[in-house]
Amino acid sequence: MSSLNVEIDNITLPSPHRILKIMLETVAEHTFRVEWHGTPVQHGQFFMLSIPMVGEAPISVSAQGEGYVEFTIRKVGRLTKGIFGLTEGDMIFMRGPYGNAFPIDDFKGKHLVVIAGGTGVAPVRSTLQYFYDHPDEIQSVNVIAGFKDMDAVLFKDDLKKFAEAGKFHTWWCLDNSEAPGFKKGFVTQYISEIPFKSFGEDYNIIIVGPPAMFRFAAKGCMDNGAEEEKIWVSFERKMACAVGKCGHCKINETYVCLEGPVFNYTKAKTLLD
Amino acid sequence: MGFYLNKEQMNDVLRAMREDGHLKVCAPKTVKRRGKKTEEIRYGEVKDFGEIVYDKKSDYGPKELIYPISQTLLYFRGTEVEVKELDDERDMLIFARPCDINAIARLDNIFMNNGGQAEMYYARLREKARFIMIECTQSFETCFCVSMGSNKTEDYAAAVRFTEDGVYIDVKDESLKAYFEAGEEAAFKPEYVTENLKNVQVPDIPDRSYLKDIVLLDYWKQYDERCILCGGCNTTCPTCSCFDTNDITYDETSLEGERRRVWSSCMLNSYTVMAGGHGVRQSAAQNTRFKTLHKIYDYKARFGENNMCVGCGRCDMKCPKDIKFSETISGLAAEVEKLKEQRSKGGEA
Repeated sequence: MSSLNVEIDNITLPSPHRILKIMLETVAEHTFRVEWHGTPVQHGQFFMLSIPMVGEAPISVSAQGEGYVEFTIRKVGRLTKGIFGLTEGDMIFMRGPYGNAFPIDDFKGKHLVVIAGGTGVAPVRSTLQYFYDHPDEIQSVNVIAGFKDMDAVLFKDDLKKFAEAGKFHTWWCLDNSEAPGFKKGFVTQYISEIPFKSFGEDYNIIIVGPPAMFRFAAKGCMDNGAEEEKIWVSFERKMACAVGKCGHCKINETYVCLEGPVFNYTKAKTLLD
Repeated sequence: MGFYLNKEQMNDVLRAMREDGHLKVCAPKTVKRRGKKTEEIRYGEVKDFGEIVYDKKSDYGPKELIYPISQTLLYFRGTEVEVKELDDERDMLIFARPCDINAIARLDNIFMNNGGQAEMYYARLREKARFIMIECTQSFETCFCVSMGSNKTEDYAAAVRFTEDGVYIDVKDESLKAYFEAGEEAAFKPEYVTENLKNVQVPDIPDRSYLKDIVLLDYWKQYDERCILCGGCNTTCPTCSCFDTNDITYDETSLEGERRRVWSSCMLNSYTVMAGGHGVRQSAAQNTRFKTLHKIYDYKARFGENNMCVGCGRCDMKCPKDIKFSETISGLAAEVEKLKEQRSKGGEA
């Protein structure tokens, strides 16, 4: 192996980045805006975030802009608890961006359907923002987003703004309650209200949520005439490296960190954990 | 070019390699098990020819020389990061059997090739490693390398046959030749085992469409009864490559600490568990199915050419519940044949 006698990049080396702003979405979910001047982020990609001496985990990008990326993080484990202990101006360690992205260019000029639940809204938020900013690039954006209750609603300002946008048709739902602007019920209940038949061939569907939710939602779409090759899903798996080495995210011969996290449903349905 | 050297001459060779060549010569040797009174055969540096255990199968492969069980990746001091330097910069010469050399090639695919980028911590040790192949003249009890097609390799700098009093050696790497010239010239080319005591039937899975049926097989349920999820099979496997990273701090108030990489095990229920507690496989049956398919289908489907399992049989030696992976593979092969039969009948009907 002497041919390897060259300096090899340390692909898992993280670097510190400053937290510019923290937005409180809910009690358990905050959005962290972090300074970023590195590789431009594509919609649907993720970073490995870490706090030295605490740990490292994959977190999807919920927004990106000039000089920053945002992560919407739910406080559930050791690392995320650590991140919630940070304040604006503190440093967080990052490496990325990793993974593939939603095929935004293929979405252009067509109808887009987005079905997301809870923190599943985070990885699709930047895609929604893109078409909000570029309404002339899309025929319509149809979004069904579900939350447990009002206390669990993320991106309240965005939801309001999307609901009022001309090209957007929105269904904001709460599992067991009703509220102004929010319907009662699960996301799957409203799929039949999406006018798939009027889209012809020109549409795409993004579904992001827990595995059970995306299977039900995909079935709901197909029951309403959607074709499975128009459906895109994003997977969430344990990862320790994000570069195809640690093995945790592997499903059959597929590595979620390399070939995902975004998969077309025709592929996703064949991945058997 | 071949030589014969007796034990004393081999000791001179080892000394010259170490002192003049600054080489770290590693081989299977008997060591005390950590924290226990019993002994086991593992890889480590050998300074005396007599240390090399060549007549038994080592309990572990040479993997840990290139991919240690636990290694520090980074040191943290506040927001400063420092990459851990190698403690030992010497090139390594590793006495290894064909199956174990093939196992390292499997690891190379993961660490050097997968994702299109090499992983630095592995690569910097890997590039130091060359092999002195130990000729297997006969197969050990649990070996099934022939079934896995990993009984042969050409990737060696030199190859040795151990005799009562010394070694025959075939030196391919010109840079090593000088070490052996004190011996007498002898025509020697290594032979390979062509038959094992154990034959394994590797499942012939025609395509991915069978995976769903395989996942759903009742076959896997026996492992819920038998397997205790200790992960010992992963630990002894020379091709298991998975790891976790652990951050540690030196004391509770310290701003200093490090990130370590430690071997992981797909047989542990924690293997897929994310923050919040959700994991995708949570039983011995599912974990066994995942491990088995990885070793005899998935890896090959991704990289082509070979299955990941090299048939060293160490997992069969290690299992405290006497589960034989060799039998798991053959048993699955029989199940797959049944599935194929069902499909062909279904097709006719």
